[in-house]
Amino acid sequence: MFIDLLKIELFKIFKRPRTFIAFGAIAVIILLVQFALKVNGKDFVQFYTDSQADTFDIPYEKILNGYFVCVAVLHMILIHVPLLVALIAGDMISGEAGLGTLRLIAGKPVTRTQLILAKFTASTIYVILLLVWMAVFALLGSMLIFGTEDLVVFRETDMHIMKSGDVLWRFFAAFIFAALALTTIAAMALMFSVFSENSLGPIVATVCVVIVFTIVQQLRVPVFEETVNPWSFTTHMLGWKGFFYVDKNAEGATINGSVENPGSLVRSGLILAGYIILFLLISIRTFNKKDILS
Amino acid sequence: MSEVIRVKQLSKDFGDFRAVDALSFTVGQGQVYGFLGQNGAGKSTTIRMLLTLIEPTEGEIEIFGMNLRKHRREILRQTGAIIEKPDLYKYLTAKENLRIFSRLSGVKVTDKQIMDQLDLVGLTGRAESKVKTYSQGMKQRLGLAAALIHNPGLIILDEPTNGLDPQGIADMRNLILHLSRDLGKTLLVSSHLLSEMEMIADHMIIIHKGRKVVEGVVEELLNPEKAMVELVTMDMPGTLDILKQSDWSAFLKDSINGTLRLEMNKSSIPRLNRDLVEKGIDVQSLRPMNTLEDYFLSLTKA
Amino acid sequence: MIMKKLRSLPLVLFLLFSVNTLFAQEVKTLLQQVKAKYDKVNDYTATGKMKTNVIFIKAPVATVKVYYKRPDKLKIKNESGISFIPKGSANVNMNNVLGLSDYEAVDGGTEKISGITCRVVKIFPLSDEESITRSTLYIDEAKLLVMKSVISTKENGTYELLMSYKQYAEWGLPDKVELSFNTRDYKLPKGVTIDYDNGSGKDKPEDLKNKKGKVEIVYSSYIINKGVPDSVFN
Repeated sequence: MFIDLLKIELFKIFKRPRTFIAFGAIAVIILLVQFALKVNGKDFVQFYTDSQADTFDIPYEKILNGYFVCVAVLHMILIHVPLLVALIAGDMISGEAGLGTLRLIAGKPVTRTQLILAKFTASTIYVILLLVWMAVFALLGSMLIFGTEDLVVFRETDMHIMKSGDVLWRFFAAFIFAALALTTIAAMALMFSVFSENSLGPIVATVCVVIVFTIVQQLRVPVFEETVNPWSFTTHMLGWKGFFYVDKNAEGATINGSVENPGSLVRSGLILAGYIILFLLISIRTFNKKDILS
Repeated sequence: MSEVIRVKQLSKDFGDFRAVDALSFTVGQGQVYGFLGQNGAGKSTTIRMLLTLIEPTEGEIEIFGMNLRKHRREILRQTGAIIEKPDLYKYLTAKENLRIFSRLSGVKVTDKQIMDQLDLVGLTGRAESKVKTYSQGMKQRLGLAAALIHNPGLIILDEPTNGLDPQGIADMRNLILHLSRDLGKTLLVSSHLLSEMEMIADHMIIIHKGRKVVEGVVEELLNPEKAMVELVTMDMPGTLDILKQSDWSAFLKDSINGTLRLEMNKSSIPRLNRDLVEKGIDVQSLRPMNTLEDYFLSLTKA
Repeated sequence: MIMKKLRSLPLVLFLLFSVNTLFAQEVKTLLQQVKAKYDKVNDYTATGKMKTNVIFIKAPVATVKVYYKRPDKLKIKNESGISFIPKGSANVNMNNVLGLSDYEAVDGGTEKISGITCRVVKIFPLSDEESITRSTLYIDEAKLLVMKSVISTKENGTYELLMSYKQYAEWGLPDKVELSFNTRDYKLPKGVTIDYDNGSGKDKPEDLKNKKGKVEIVYSSYIINKGVPDSVFN
């Protein structure tokens, strides 16, 4: 029965035009960024390397390769994708309530737990498909347009250079981590959806939560950094970037295939998984007790 | 006759508000059971409890002889329902909707079965149209098709004629009778229109403010010889005691606004008056309501 | 007594000047001898491994090609990847200093470099048009090899090169060069990158205060005097 439920949920998701708006928006944004970097990429790289132009010969053309462009695209897009995820997941229960179909499906011989899990799984599959789509355009597309080279990743206080042969697995891992991060958003949006009977509320609530916690994280206020940030899921959602921070040996040379402080990535992954479980449990418990009056 | 639905002392509270109060009734196999009450009487709440959309505060529900809480899945596989205005997936076609609802009921249906069902409700020509293009009447009919697609034994229809034009109402009525008489289905049909109930139901319950007011065979309830009689005396408690200890207890219904109500033949009214007087009760008023409709309307005014 | 001493003063001064001149002549001769040795190389293409040790650059060991063409063309290239090559790497070419025509050389005594006693020669270009403002060479007199050089430039600060020689010593070509240089602060505005906090930034007290960078090239092979096209230096 669960598989049937899941197929039905996926069918409903992909029958709605709004689903394809997300895919279309991502494709357009990526193409625009690629176009902009193709035309004016050197200025973009200079922004990051300006302070070092007097000390080093900067290989601008080499830096501006497909891997670099993909990372730049992901930096820009993954901030906004939570909204696209919330649009679907936040509509899962409240949308049915608003449509008047919730009373029809809840009166069927399926348990409410099965319904929630099927909707959550469908949301997760949607997230994965969104990321695969992103990977095709952002990674494969950039590789085709800009070619491949070593990857340079700029952080606030340092830059990491990875050999070209040491890059693709990092993207693979980063996309998997991003899927985990976006699934957390989906679980939270689904949870809000259980409490509401119109879709707008859960979607707005999800986006607001993400924005507020991101701002708190960026403010760098010591009391927040000690109490809130270590547990805030928006902190850990950035973990995909951690796959592009390379570890180094005592002599300062990077170690191929390594990741700086891998324990932090494991911790972030576990925290996100914990949030997913928490949101799901709240959703299941609330939905099971809910009187369906819509 | 076996019981399909058995409801015992069913109650539902929403905070301090009691929407359904100790409601008990039974629906027999093959019956068209009318569930009548004004708007807000508790009909939809009761139906939602039957479909496990709402958790009862108290009471028990048995359907097909099984406890609803324990055997929910088996019961709902055999149950189809329209609740209030049937809203289906507007962005899907009629066929797609029916396929989804049949799957949710645990049944895989063929295209032919879907088309047969649409034929039954008169929507054959609109099978591939998206539901958002449907009129209210068409949605109502499609809702009925969705309730029937998995061939359930029990069909619960909440206000099935809402939004229908006179022809649509007549078609729905005929369909309900066909389901009951020709296909042997058991139907629970709720409405706030007594006239509709008179035409389709063979048994009926009237509820008011969540409580049962009257229940019985429609023919008997609508018997012109029978009436709901209102009794007012100078000693109401004493009168109630006397009635409860006598044969008149079988006709005693309830007390509303200081008035005792009995359901009885009009021809028995003088005898009741005589018995009360002989027992020392001063009868102030002994008034028959003319028809069930009068009684139903009086509830609205009360 | 005093008068006797005063009468000997010119002699002392003359002797000092002569010794100085003699020493200056000696270091200049030494420099010319070293230059003559280095001038045996008209061009080379070298292959090596470059390690970058700059606090804010995490880079892999890179395979680099070093192209040289007398007198002043030198280019380090990472042809199979990305490296941030310090601009001062041009000073790996000793001819930048040895090739100066108008300069003053001062004997700075001796100093041990990598266990070898070296003559310290301080060079001051006399022309304002030179990019180098001063240079100190530490020369193994026995082998006529520059073991270390410290070069101050007008535009790019001070560079320090430490050389070691093995199989290509007769050509004056090192098997290892360590180039140290000053770096500028690297820091991007907050909020631009929105980094993932993996805890790595917390235990680095030296942080950006370390303003020195180092690059080490270990040469594996040289192709000497076989010709190098000018196009590689573009």
